[in-house]
Amino acid sequence: MRITGAEALVKCLEEEKVEVIFGYPGGAVLEVYDALFHNKNIRHVLTRSEQAAAHAASGYARVSGKVGVCIATSGPGATNLVTGIATAYMDSIPIVAITGQVPLSQIGGDMFQEVDITGATAPFTKHNYLVKNASDIPRIVKEAFHIASTGRPGPVLIDLPKDVARDKIDFVYPREVFLKGYKPTLQGHPLQIIKAAEAINSAKRPVILAGGGVISSKAYEELRILAETADIPVTVSLMGISSFPGEHPLFLGMAGTHGMPWANEALKKADLIIALGCRFNDRLTGGAGGFDENAKIIHVDVDPAEIGKNVKVDIPIVGDIKNVLCELLKRIEKRSRKDWKEYLEGLKGKELVEGCSDISPLDIIGELYEQTKGDLIITTDVGAHQMWTARYYKFKYPGSFITSGGLGTMGYGLPAAIGAKIANPKKQVIHITGDGSFQMNFAELATLRENELSVKIMLFNNGGLGLVKELQDIHCGGRYSQVHFGFLPDFVKLSESYGIKALKVERKNELKKAISAMLKEEGSFLLECILTMEVRVKSMLRKEEAYESYSGSIG
Amino acid sequence: MKATLAVLVENHPGVLARVAGLFARRGFNIESLAVGPTDNPEISRMTIVVDGDERIIEQIKKQLNKLIDVIKVSFIEPENSVSRELVMIKVNTEPEKRSEIIGIAEIFRANIIDVSRDSMIIELTGDKDKVNAMEEILRPFGIKELVRTGIIAMNRGSKCIECPEQ
Repeated sequence: MRITGAEALVKCLEEEKVEVIFGYPGGAVLEVYDALFHNKNIRHVLTRSEQAAAHAASGYARVSGKVGVCIATSGPGATNLVTGIATAYMDSIPIVAITGQVPLSQIGGDMFQEVDITGATAPFTKHNYLVKNASDIPRIVKEAFHIASTGRPGPVLIDLPKDVARDKIDFVYPREVFLKGYKPTLQGHPLQIIKAAEAINSAKRPVILAGGGVISSKAYEELRILAETADIPVTVSLMGISSFPGEHPLFLGMAGTHGMPWANEALKKADLIIALGCRFNDRLTGGAGGFDENAKIIHVDVDPAEIGKNVKVDIPIVGDIKNVLCELLKRIEKRSRKDWKEYLEGLKGKELVEGCSDISPLDIIGELYEQTKGDLIITTDVGAHQMWTARYYKFKYPGSFITSGGLGTMGYGLPAAIGAKIANPKKQVIHITGDGSFQMNFAELATLRENELSVKIMLFNNGGLGLVKELQDIHCGGRYSQVHFGFLPDFVKLSESYGIKALKVERKNELKKAISAMLKEEGSFLLECILTMEVRVKSMLRKEEAYESYSGSIG
Repeated sequence: MKATLAVLVENHPGVLARVAGLFARRGFNIESLAVGPTDNPEISRMTIVVDGDERIIEQIKKQLNKLIDVIKVSFIEPENSVSRELVMIKVNTEPEKRSEIIGIAEIFRANIIDVSRDSMIIELTGDKDKVNAMEEILRPFGIKELVRTGIIAMNRGSKCIECPEQ
């Protein structure tokens, strides 16, 4: 039976076992939406902007472990997806983005809602396609899902011109993909693994640095066994948070410019750094301010281009982290590194927060932990609230911390929470946000409500852009340029206008009850916590280090 | 440090843009780039001469390999390879200088492919040094126009850069 390109596309999504797609219709995707209209197997979630659709697909992918799918029309629909695609690219999240396009015959004519989206997204997609023949659709979709989900995951975009979506084809879904130029290396080189094991066995002050790759390769069990067997402290990058249990005695917390001083000290003083699936991004290395020059670095990553990109590596291992660790563990000897651990333990200090009125961000995160004990999924936006969450919540389950790490996209958290909740409806999903970030995508409250999803929103309201203000303290001599909002909505009323219950807390003694009420609420809930603009992230780092690391990362 | 890369790519539209875009956005310098189909019409071969330190050149190779349309990236070592470039030079030829220019072209084993009253087009194939030398010698006569293809290169002997089997 001959079917249209659009129908073929939807059939391909079924073949890939797609259960939900996030999107927004428009003129150039009419055919696809028409094909979806008759479909009973795929749920479509209508977001309130295309950007949110991409973030929701990303949140869904991170919780479900499957490829997230989003769809938008041509032109502005496609460009609105761009931020979401770039966010997924920087954090290596598998999504497939489908965009409509003006008819093939009209491409290049600056038609209504025409934009070269394959050209625009080439720098931050793993691959993209402009479909020229409807008969290519099955192959392209098969390839797109394969590329997005294997090796180092990432976003793939398919741009489908309107006339191609109408053309009729005989549908056959391919069983395999044939890509001459794409064969990820998944097994680590045996000799390199032997070298790594020897280095680990003979190290005096080793530290493990776990990144997002540990989560995407599902290597947390192997990581824990490695750390426990060889008695090695573990620090994480922002993306590596939740790859190692937050309550574990070997856990040092996050490293980097906003990281824990002792985690940075561990990287600085280590004689061996075992880096697993992380990129040595400036936000991470800036915190350590340079490693010991005699320190050896083992770097395991599935993407060969990450190895040696930002730091010189002594023992590179290209491969899937889980596979590599499985092989490595066979050669790891039991050790006890009491002195090294005691040294690091001695650096751990009491966390102090300056500039609080009554409520400290620590109180909020602390109380949330007391009442949830890690049994939840947290999504965040970007800013001070993100750093507080990353530093102080003790994440228990892998993948339970969902944030925009690489791109730092404000407005990511709410749509990501929608995707997360749909992927795992039974889990408590908490979205921690700030007044700045929340205003970027709060229209998604409507999506929450429409789909009767339960997401708990904790809004840290300090009346402005706290993290930027802090940078202006350091770099601009305290000249605060455009970081205070002259007007803010009443967030409680705003939430209520969407039919979502809300509560505002201004006193520390109200927190316990308020968080308990929020967690018990069946539907969504917004809890606004009032902080002052004077609360700093920096104050939690030792002062001189904070300056050093900020200028390292930004100056 | 300069390096010559032989890059086998899918012969699709847009592949050149992907490769060129990669160099631009990662801040890599392209000295020259030449591209054309191979004996297999589905595959094109690019010869890219790049400039950078060892770390950058290694990154260029790795980043190129990440492009799905790139099938294989190989370094071509200058000592074990031959490289050629084609150049066309339109040079001023006043009548009294014509025979002198023809003489120079003969020395270089270059071809004269167009002659008019006051100019000539000389075609030369050679490695970079030869092309540069010819250009220098013709410069005093007045070069009106010059176009180079960019270097193409191949390993000597039986060593081949082939598409990996499926």
